[in-house]
Amino acid sequence: MSHIYDIVIIGGGPAGLSAGLYASRAKLDVLVIEKEKFGGQAATTAELENYPGSIENCTGPALVERMRKQAEEFGTTFSKDEIVEVDFFDDIKILKGRKEEYRSKAVIIATGAEYRLAGFKNEIELRGRGVSYCATCDADFFEGLDVAVIGGGDSAITEALYLTKFAETVTIIHRRDSLRAAKSLQEKAFNNPKIKFIWDTVVEEAKGDEILESLVLRNVKTGEISELAVNGVFVFVGLEPKSELFKGKVEMDDRGYILTDRNMKTNVEGVFAAGDVVQKSLRQVITAAADGAVAAVAAEEYINEKFNK
Amino acid sequence: MLEVNKDNFEVEVLNYTEKPVFVDYWGDKCQKCIELMPDVHKLEEKYGDKIKFCSLNTSQNRRLAIAQKVLGLPTMIMYVNGEKAETLTPDKINTVEDIENMIKKFCE
Ligand SMILES: Cc1cc2nc3c(=O)[nH]c(=O)nc-3n(C[C@H](O)[C@H](O)[C@H](O)COP(=O)(O)OP(=O)(O)OC[C@H]3O[C@@H](n4cnc5c(N)ncnc54)[C@H](O)[C@@H]3O)c2cc1C
Repeated sequence: MSHIYDIVIIGGGPAGLSAGLYASRAKLDVLVIEKEKFGGQAATTAELENYPGSIENCTGPALVERMRKQAEEFGTTFSKDEIVEVDFFDDIKILKGRKEEYRSKAVIIATGAEYRLAGFKNEIELRGRGVSYCATCDADFFEGLDVAVIGGGDSAITEALYLTKFAETVTIIHRRDSLRAAKSLQEKAFNNPKIKFIWDTVVEEAKGDEILESLVLRNVKTGEISELAVNGVFVFVGLEPKSELFKGKVEMDDRGYILTDRNMKTNVEGVFAAGDVVQKSLRQVITAAADGAVAAVAAEEYINEKFNK
Repeated sequence: MLEVNKDNFEVEVLNYTEKPVFVDYWGDKCQKCIELMPDVHKLEEKYGDKIKFCSLNTSQNRRLAIAQKVLGLPTMIMYVNGEKAETLTPDKINTVEDIENMIKKFCE
């Protein structure tokens, strides 16, 4: 029989790392399983200015690396694996990974969210050939070149500002006539001479022979079609929860966000959820970390009641 | 692995015809590329007699990378007689097995 952990956490982003920290400080036997890169989405963002205390060296990768070390120091263990199937039916939960099978008394789902595709023609064909979803990963290719950013939220504007350090021009293409991003970000963007705006417009198609050369745009108010020559386009049009795996196992809303109570409990006993994968109004590093802490403490209470009587 | 750059790319990759050439396009800031690197070196030990292994630092050779139509990292390209025969873009590379599967095809 394989080892039974107190808590297994699926996902090593800010929510999972914070849950690991709290659980290991409570002396629980805890494992964090991550399929790609510890830190999740936060490891891909260059500027993380709104996490309290992260003033110096506030890049995403630096912050999450500190989170990981801190959890490790208190005894959190880590595994590089992808969970592909879960069985929450019995008191002991079973998680099947690509490499191993894991068993635990409680589970915290912290699988986060993923960028959504913008949906224009050739988006997938030109991915990694000028169409990108990660500014920190690809920005330096575009030094001195022209790029576009699709979106009008915080992520889009933050990443557009970052891209101005490399690109010659950054054109923000937004489907509405005003931005949704925080006022302070908007101000920075409006004052940046490298940033231009195209309002009320969506991208219909990406054109290019092997690599992106231009975007076909459509004005949603006038219907007018135009073409914009760019070398790169960065897409930030929102998120989708990574919850496919849990369909039919825990309750979720119609968009796939997992439903929890204030203690991050799902409708299944012993299964908790935290971070971007949960239905809530603000998806940020701070709320993910907070969820993780709450979930870990609730899981600890659950284990004490259920197994240690 | 042979480090190729703007000065030797033509000789070592484009004009090279003895065996297929594999080029690992990476960059200083590409975490995924750096994580894959040791495993790619192991592939060279395994397949090096049939395939020529090269790596190209795009941070130092940006123009060359773009001329080769590489705009995302990591990208892995197989060249046969100086022509691109197969390209793996970043979304197609999850583990080193994806790279190995491409390389194997050129080992006959
Ligand atoms: C470009 C960008 C900029 C941002 N800027 C900011 C900012 O300035 N400030 C801020 O506060 N927030 C910012 N955010 C949001 C912030 O990064 C997220 O809210 C936060 O990372 C959510 O944490 P999480 O742990 O819930 O999920 P994630 O960070 O998404 O982590 C989930 C992890 O789970 C792993 N996983 C998923 N499924 C499995 C599985 N089956 N098996 C194993 N592992 C799995 C994933 O690989 C991932 O690493 C930004 C996000 C983006 C994309």
